[in-house]
Amino acid sequence: MVRYRTANAVGLVHPLKKRRERIDRGIKVRSEDIFALCSWREMLYLSAPRLLPIVGFILLPLVLEDYWQRVLLSVAVFALLAISWDILAQSSMVSLGQALFFGMGAYCSGILNHYFGISPFLTIPIAAVLGGAICTLLLLPVLRLRGVYFAMVTLIIPLMLERVIEATKIFGGTEGLSGLTALPSKWLELYILLAAVLAALFGFRRLMTSDYGLVLKGIKDNDRSVMNAGINVYWFKIQALFIASSVGAFAGAMLTHVYRFVGMPVFALDYSILPIAAAMVGGPGSFAGATLGAFILVPLSEALRALGGLRIVFYGVFLVIFVVGLPEGIFHFVSRKYHQFERWVEVDK
Amino acid sequence: MFLGTVVYAVINSVILILMSIGFNLTFGISGISNFAYGALYILAAFVTWMLLYLVGLPYLVSALISILFTAFIGAMMYRFILMRVRGQVLSEVIATFGIGLAILEFFRYLGFVGVEYALPVFIDESFMIGDVYVDMQRILIVISSAVLVFLLWLFVHYTSLGLAFRGIAQDERTALTFGMDSDHIATLSVSFGAGLAAIAATIIIPLGTITVSQGYDVLINALAVSIIGGLGSTGGVIVASLVVGFAQRFTDTYIGSHWTMIVSLIAILIVLVIKPSGLYGKQKELEERI
Repeated sequence: MVRYRTANAVGLVHPLKKRRERIDRGIKVRSEDIFALCSWREMLYLSAPRLLPIVGFILLPLVLEDYWQRVLLSVAVFALLAISWDILAQSSMVSLGQALFFGMGAYCSGILNHYFGISPFLTIPIAAVLGGAICTLLLLPVLRLRGVYFAMVTLIIPLMLERVIEATKIFGGTEGLSGLTALPSKWLELYILLAAVLAALFGFRRLMTSDYGLVLKGIKDNDRSVMNAGINVYWFKIQALFIASSVGAFAGAMLTHVYRFVGMPVFALDYSILPIAAAMVGGPGSFAGATLGAFILVPLSEALRALGGLRIVFYGVFLVIFVVGLPEGIFHFVSRKYHQFERWVEVDK
Repeated sequence: MFLGTVVYAVINSVILILMSIGFNLTFGISGISNFAYGALYILAAFVTWMLLYLVGLPYLVSALISILFTAFIGAMMYRFILMRVRGQVLSEVIATFGIGLAILEFFRYLGFVGVEYALPVFIDESFMIGDVYVDMQRILIVISSAVLVFLLWLFVHYTSLGLAFRGIAQDERTALTFGMDSDHIATLSVSFGAGLAAIAATIIIPLGTITVSQGYDVLINALAVSIIGGLGSTGGVIVASLVVGFAQRFTDTYIGSHWTMIVSLIAILIVLVIKPSGLYGKQKELEERI
């Protein structure tokens, strides 16, 4: 595919009107069919972008020291939340409240472990499904709303749930539930989470290119024509919502058992904002962008820890800069450079 | 007991109206959901505070400057940021949310926390309605917001700018063919919304102290009331504020203050189940539903 874009700014300063032409690299064209198997270079071209995260995720925990392993853990958690946001965004639901999914999963596994003494190996999968189901039920009345209306409701629900817990003092109230069972080893925690990120990343990428994903994308592009095709839009939205909230709930349940604590902070704004920031910075619409964004933002925020409260100010500014300046996100920008080259050509008279 | 609850419920409702009318105005005219609304509210309060105590201007002057300044910030926000993403709902929401977050957390970072960050009441008096003790500030809130809503109604219905506002709100493209500059009107609508937030802050803040977390509360309240009332409908805001205000105050008195937040949440969910476009959201009903 060749993409053209005229360069207005250059045309103004330059007497000769020129435009930037983008052309697919030869290697991209060659590796699109069976000839890709003819040379190592083409095979590497195809597999390198996919192998990079896989090998990186396997090797990184081994080379990092203790502190940065913890950072990697939260990278994985936020990557999962960002992927969950992206699933919703790709099926026409813009959520501003990932904390709802995260917190619901966290509380589900915390309650199961604290009151019933169930082992983490059971509570985490149960919490992923149960938390997802509760979130879906809670958002069911909102599903008929679109765009900004949906976003508004998702923003306020976790904040209100925080108040409800504070007020009614259920499940430990402001103190939260502490002393939960931890997973046997930190390596297990880390590798379960990283495996989950990889599974979500590649699994959902594949899902979105299947017929099922096509319907979800269709709902985003034009829901009425999807309805015209005799498809029950709400049923598909419910399914997408359940998938996304289960992913978020899984992340919450994992982190609960890592910290061995669950309390009101799980509904905090951080868990809503950072995933969105990650998805926007990395590039929405491809789960790779969300993962990349988490990989950039979380370590960055660790490095900025010395700045204290100013970190959140930076998130806010980042959001604005990327939404206005580079709306496609880093991933799409990089992948375009990877697949295409640019040159300046004169504009035809 | 009952009379007191009713009086305070009315005051509570009026506060909700004040808090949400600016948000609702911006959305109603230009379709921009200004998620920086709570931040602008707090910004206005802090600017007034700084002018009053650090610069030493009279109260009235500093309040006026702060209202104008906040309105100016709103206009700049549209000109330099929102105009570039106009029409892309997701980007608008995220951009305004990012701006609000940056403003609020910046104040938190600067260390604007404590009881000394409070504005003085306008008139320090109080009197009894029946056997209910009410202070003058709360009375002033009710009076001034009644005046404000009336002036706003006059402005929208009897000036040419108000006509342009309504035109853009009804059908942007048709309004364009009549020579109304949609960007100009949208700038003004964001600016007006910000100014109303500042007015609300100036009137309401003297009841308590200025805290950063209030910014989020104001946004939540504005969103809740606007969603229940039907976005973009001023009548809806008033009715929804009365419903939520009374429900909150009565649960507070007869059930317990813990449950007030649950009341708004349940109210939102019930209204959305029965009428997805809100109580009075007639105009845009078709578009909101799928």
